[in-house]
Amino acid sequence: MSLLEIKNLHATVAGHEILKGVDLTINAAEVHSIMGPNGSGKSTLAQVLSRRETYQVTAGEVLFKGKDLLAMKPEEAACEGVFLAFQYPVEIPGIGNAYFLRSALNAMRKYRNEDEIDAIDFLPMYREKLKLLEMDERLMSRSVNEGFSGGEKKRNEILQMAVLEPKLAILDETDSGLDIDALRIVAKGVNAMRSPERAMLVVTHYQRLLNYIATDYVHVLVDGRIVRSGGPELALELEEKGYGWIEAEARQTAPASV
Amino acid sequence: MITAIEELQSYLENFTAFAKQSAGGKLPWLRKLREDAFARFCETGFPTTHDEDWRFTSVAAIARTPFALPGQRATDISALDLKPWRMEGAAAQLVFVDGQFVRELSAVGALPAGVTISGLKEEIEKGTPALESHLGRFLNIQRDAFCALNTAFAEDGAFVHVGRGVSLDAPIHLLFVSTAADAPRMIHPRNLLIFEQESQATVIEDYISLGGGTVLCNSATELIAGENSTITHYMVERESLDAFNISTLRIQQERSANVASHSLLLGGGLVRNNVHPVLAGEGGECLINGLFVGDGRQHLDNFMHVEHASPHCSSRQFYNGILDGHAHGVFHGRIVVHKDAQKTDAKQTNRNLLLSDDAQIDTKPQLEIYADDVKCTHGATIGQIEENALFYLRSRGIDEVSARKLLLQAFAGQCLERMKPGPARTHAERLVNQHLLSIANHFSVVQPALAAGPKQRGA
Repeated sequence: MSLLEIKNLHATVAGHEILKGVDLTINAAEVHSIMGPNGSGKSTLAQVLSRRETYQVTAGEVLFKGKDLLAMKPEEAACEGVFLAFQYPVEIPGIGNAYFLRSALNAMRKYRNEDEIDAIDFLPMYREKLKLLEMDERLMSRSVNEGFSGGEKKRNEILQMAVLEPKLAILDETDSGLDIDALRIVAKGVNAMRSPERAMLVVTHYQRLLNYIATDYVHVLVDGRIVRSGGPELALELEEKGYGWIEAEARQTAPASV
Repeated sequence: MITAIEELQSYLENFTAFAKQSAGGKLPWLRKLREDAFARFCETGFPTTHDEDWRFTSVAAIARTPFALPGQRATDISALDLKPWRMEGAAAQLVFVDGQFVRELSAVGALPAGVTISGLKEEIEKGTPALESHLGRFLNIQRDAFCALNTAFAEDGAFVHVGRGVSLDAPIHLLFVSTAADAPRMIHPRNLLIFEQESQATVIEDYISLGGGTVLCNSATELIAGENSTITHYMVERESLDAFNISTLRIQQERSANVASHSLLLGGGLVRNNVHPVLAGEGGECLINGLFVGDGRQHLDNFMHVEHASPHCSSRQFYNGILDGHAHGVFHGRIVVHKDAQKTDAKQTNRNLLLSDDAQIDTKPQLEIYADDVKCTHGATIGQIEENALFYLRSRGIDEVSARKLLLQAFAGQCLERMKPGPARTHAERLVNQHLLSIANHFSVVQPALAAGPKQRGA
């Protein structure tokens, strides 16, 4: 059984159809990259998979570990093992980073009928992951993402992923806006998470990230459909030639709009 | 006008009966204080929404209800009834049942020398000299009809006197209990809190209901903070939803006194919380911090009146409101800087979360500045729970109710964090967290979806 099976997924936001029939299968241990021009639906796909309610699914099916993902609430999808690293992580004043992350971990443990973890057991693990992401320990007691730089926010996303240990990690433009040093650190964190039980879906606009995270498959999303799939060499081709040619190709082969 | 006269008629009957048998009725100064106050109340009657200070709050429901004073205490409250309402770690706890101090239910442990904690009526009967010089000295009965009414019926409440240089580490808990009433009942708790030079203390006024019924609780507290004293006052309103609660805290701050006032409005149907500090001596500092959480048809009005009467004083007002259902909140922040109060540093912030389309907030700053070298700032925000933040928490596995509760707690936490750690803050945190859980639960059932993005309406 595949970890994730997306079949003919259609989704709208505020009445506009963004995803127009996406098919994608991801197995454990694989890293898939979704690339595409702006507005092609990359982020929408990531948000639908993490069950954001502002996106309406109008057709199709998504199975995660054989279960109907589209019937799940965001928290259920998370507890089942779907993790979204946000393109724009949210600042939440008044809730401390460590407290927030321990609450999240305990919510998942509770879901799996495991004992909750107390602060004393949690902190050493948290510290270790902070070290991996080269983050300042003082960030622990600060409010979630409040006053963080762009790079700190992205690292904090990967830090959360490292603690929560998802089955499917979706990275939504995690590389956007990062300088090369921050990108290396983020990639190091992501690579440390690769495992035979875990799959990753890397959504990116730029090929650069794939120099640091070895991807197995590259899919090109244009106008709500995957128009081409291939290996890592496809990303290099896109880097070289841009998205124009593939968009033109897609227009020719697309079924006439109704 | 006929109705107005009829309304006052019932107060006249109550006052006549009260004057005959009240404690201290024979003391000329006290009789005069009460009679003058009653005369003033008759002159003005109840305020209407035409009155600028009452623009957002109609007390018509109070004016048309024929309230009567409680007779001799009819209901028997046992220590067991009060157990869930008590707080941990208090130095002393005074219990007032329908406005009357009940010594059997109260607990006053060993107190340091120079500290008196007792009922006002007992002190009146004893003829304590501090009363004549302090009672009614600072409360303004000219401006506020409810203060006049309270003074007319002033008889019992808390009397706290902390002597010079005495520091009370544990808080004094004043528990005001309204019992079930068949007929509308009014009580007028009157508290006199005197803190001498360089003393330190914390007092909590805590208003609760045991059983419902229409009750008007119209309290007035005069708090005198002597030179260089450090005083913390808490007002906790958690009465039943059919209670009317009008409270006035009048703070008189001497030179370099540091006073913090914390208000938590969680209960009550129609609530008016007046806080009126006067920074009368140089170098005084005043923190006015509050949280009001309304639901259903609650009306919670916070009327701040900060008076800078001396140079080099600072005041900080921070009020946060959370309103759900059809609740209506009011924040009215008046800052008056007198002519000589140079180098005043006054700040006011009111932040509000509206959880439903029908919840309402009126927020109004009002600055009157007669000095020319001052710093005064004010700001107000109105928003909703951010859909983004909610989704972020849920995407990490936290269920919706818990996520809402976390966000509400974070918002309320801004107020709780301004309280000094200790038993009083622990008490406040416990009450707030319980209350927010019920709001978060209720909220998920009633309102499944929220529009994204905060609405801002700066004042």
